[in-house]
Amino acid sequence: MSADPGTQRDWPLWEVFVRSRRGLSHGHVGSLHAPDAEMALRNARDIYTRRQEGVSIWVVPAEAISASSPDEKDAFFDPAADKVYRHPTFYTVPDGVKHL
Amino acid sequence: MTPISELSPSPGAQAPPRGDKSQAVGTYALRLGDDALVLAQRMGEWVASAPQLEEDVALANIGLDLLGQARNLLTYAGTQLRHPDGTPRTEDDLAYLRDERDWTNVQLVELADDGDFGACIARLLVFSAWQHELYAALTSSTDETLAAVAAKAVKEVAYHRDHATQWVLRLGDGTDESHQRMQAAFDARWSYVEELFETDDLVRELVVPGVAVDPATHREPVLAYVTAVVEQATLAVPEPAVRHTGGRRGVHTEQFGYLLAEMQHLARSHVGATW
Repeated sequence: MSADPGTQRDWPLWEVFVRSRRGLSHGHVGSLHAPDAEMALRNARDIYTRRQEGVSIWVVPAEAISASSPDEKDAFFDPAADKVYRHPTFYTVPDGVKHL
Repeated sequence: MTPISELSPSPGAQAPPRGDKSQAVGTYALRLGDDALVLAQRMGEWVASAPQLEEDVALANIGLDLLGQARNLLTYAGTQLRHPDGTPRTEDDLAYLRDERDWTNVQLVELADDGDFGACIARLLVFSAWQHELYAALTSSTDETLAAVAAKAVKEVAYHRDHATQWVLRLGDGTDESHQRMQAAFDARWSYVEELFETDDLVRELVVPGVAVDPATHREPVLAYVTAVVEQATLAVPEPAVRHTGGRRGVHTEQFGYLLAEMQHLARSHVGATW
């Protein structure tokens, strides 16, 4: 590992998503530096699938990801807190309904 | 071919009579195991010294693959090249208690990189291309152990070859400096390449019953693969004036002594140490 900030700056950051087995979705596992997408895939294979963690890897340039801002957290997420009727458990199932 | 008497830690001891075939197979396995173990040690030197953390891990993974191949091959060699009292030599006996002249690896794998990443990658490209041909052919060996080791290893070295290929393409066809340094790395390594394809009586003897594969048959496909990568990377295949050889007979470079000293000193200073 080089402490030289010059080389670190040259290689962009990639976010890594691994699908652990068929039928599951890709999940975010971490990030890494690589000069391009092909090397990012290989680095991801070496760093994140050494113990048979996956059968498929996606790499995405970190700069291509648009993320919600921590500053907007209240506006984004708090309004959902008191909307219990958005959960199916809010509703009682009438006795006469079968096969539900 | 290393006489069994030279492999014994107790000089002068007489080996019990064993079949020539057994000794030949053991010596052949030892050669391939020595190649893998010595390069594993060289790859290990890159841990915490590669250009990036990600490359540290990649080179360490490759080294560990090679170490796994070496362990299987040396363990098998040890069952064929037994101690004078008939007990098998262990992988540790063979790895830690042999002196320089008893090592049968090709010289290419022992060369020091001295922190030159281009040198590491140039060697890896050639050697992994050679190992890929070797193991692919050995999967149909009539020796079941060698065939099983090869079947597992061929997938590993396919990745090593790909990793080296990716880097040669990027460094050769990169900046002016990376191009020049990648070319210099191939120039420095190329006089050690032909040794990979040498045949001798031992190999010829084992090729007949289908145990071994003749390294000479790998020359064309290996050089075709490497040349294609080198040229795509806008580099030139070197034409060395000299050609180094002798590793299979125990003749090694000065750099090899330092590698052995580092690899063996713990086991020799603390005999029987475990953790």
